[in-house]
Amino acid sequence: MIDAIFRYEFLQNAFMTGILIGIIAPLLGVFIVVRRLSLIADALSHVTLAGIAASLLLEKRLMMFNGLNPLYMGMAFSVGGSLFIEKLRAVYKHYQELAIPIILSGGIGLGVIFISLADGFNTDLFSYLFGSVTAVSRTDLWTILIISVSVIAVIILLYKELFLLSFDEEYAKASGLASKSIHFIFIIMVALVIAASMRVVGILLVSSLMTLPVAASIRIANGFKQTIFLSLLFGETAVLGGLTVAYYLNLAPGGTIVMISVAILVGAILYRKSNYGKKAM
Amino acid sequence: MNSGSVIEIKELSYGYEKETVLEDINLSVPEKAFLGVVGPNGSGKSTLMKLILGLLKPQQGEIYLFGKEIRRFKEWEKIGYVSQKANSFNSGFPATVFEVVASGLTKKLGLFQFFKKKDKVKVMKALESVGMANLSSKNIGELSGGQQQRVFIARALVSDPELLILDEPTVGVDAQNVNSFYQMLGELNKNRGITLLMVTHDIGTISDKVTHIACLNRNLHFHGPAKEFEQLSEGGLSEAYGHDIHLLAHHHDHGGVKR
Repeated sequence: MIDAIFRYEFLQNAFMTGILIGIIAPLLGVFIVVRRLSLIADALSHVTLAGIAASLLLEKRLMMFNGLNPLYMGMAFSVGGSLFIEKLRAVYKHYQELAIPIILSGGIGLGVIFISLADGFNTDLFSYLFGSVTAVSRTDLWTILIISVSVIAVIILLYKELFLLSFDEEYAKASGLASKSIHFIFIIMVALVIAASMRVVGILLVSSLMTLPVAASIRIANGFKQTIFLSLLFGETAVLGGLTVAYYLNLAPGGTIVMISVAILVGAILYRKSNYGKKAM
Repeated sequence: MNSGSVIEIKELSYGYEKETVLEDINLSVPEKAFLGVVGPNGSGKSTLMKLILGLLKPQQGEIYLFGKEIRRFKEWEKIGYVSQKANSFNSGFPATVFEVVASGLTKKLGLFQFFKKKDKVKVMKALESVGMANLSSKNIGELSGGQQQRVFIARALVSDPELLILDEPTVGVDAQNVNSFYQMLGELNKNRGITLLMVTHDIGTISDKVTHIACLNRNLHFHGPAKEFEQLSEGGLSEAYGHDIHLLAHHHDHGGVKR
């Protein structure tokens, strides 16, 4: 395995990307989960699919789009979708969760139209849906590296603001925090991380990488920093383990990564049961 | 402008859509006072508090905080706020008591600033002042309602506020702990000179705990020192409370409201 990584560039790309998204997806995931926004990741990943499909369609129909990395269009759609969600949440003040099915189905609808306009796609589409060990290019890796560095920097710089906003939004507002701007920055980061993770995990399973490691660590962690630390540890384990298994057994890594995450989650639940008895969270 | 007033409200009115909730409120809170704002449910107490905290914008009238018109007021770190815990916090949140209290320094430290050693000392001091220092590494969800409320007061105290605003702080605190809770508030007021504004529907228990009382039901029906409130004829009270005053006075036999 190690040999192969040194020998093949595609494996280097996949593992480096894996290491990066194993950090940023659960890192943002912690804030998403504690703010009870878990489904936003799902909605945005489906919007990203529409962006990917649009990009592939353009590439097929128009010469000038030849060679355009679909990742960029996916990101643009994802960011646009996140802004729509915020708008909808403001419109439906009393039904804020409505924004999610609206954006989710809108994303799939648009994606399906693009796909059928292009008379179906080649094998590419499958790798976008479920991830792939071979699909990550060097430019993907660079883009994802830039996104990762920016996301980690923003989280470190705005850590105390994000914590306060997540823990107690009303108090954050009452203490004069610019909560709207901070939430806006946060949701843009989520959109970018989803687009970045999709090459490895696949669009349909991106949200699981943001939520499952956090769901596991929340069961056993003491305090917020420890929750973050364990989430990163679990996320990284799932991504690296999942990629390795996918490579040897020739499976889609999205599936193997998610199943390892589920195994960790079950382990965390059992661990807590055996240590704390049946005490409720 | 009265310079000794922490809060000064002039001819304030506020309504949601068609319904007027607050009408022509004039209120001033002197420095180092412990003001209890009482009134039945739906009397506009929470709205008044949200206006003072800047969460709502006044439609008519003016609010001054520390002598500054609220729209120009910037020193929010001077004001500590303790919300009705049940409404605004998720008890499964994975944060330690220490982390929760430290979050009270967010605004005071400012953007892109990190917690330093002296901030950690401040957090522990705030926890000591509410008697919760020994629980600092517990997850907030593992504490009882009364303990959580003390932690939230510590969060408000950690930035050394001059004014502390509390919204129904005894909701979720069990009966035997309510008294020691009020005692702690009284000490903060007397020993540290913090001005307190507490909103509560609990008219019976507080009149001997606070220094001033404001009795609210859309209009302000009484506003003055607590001693005068106790001597007030029941006319003024039932004006604010309607018939409820009998019921409330019987519920609590602490002797606050003498009928």
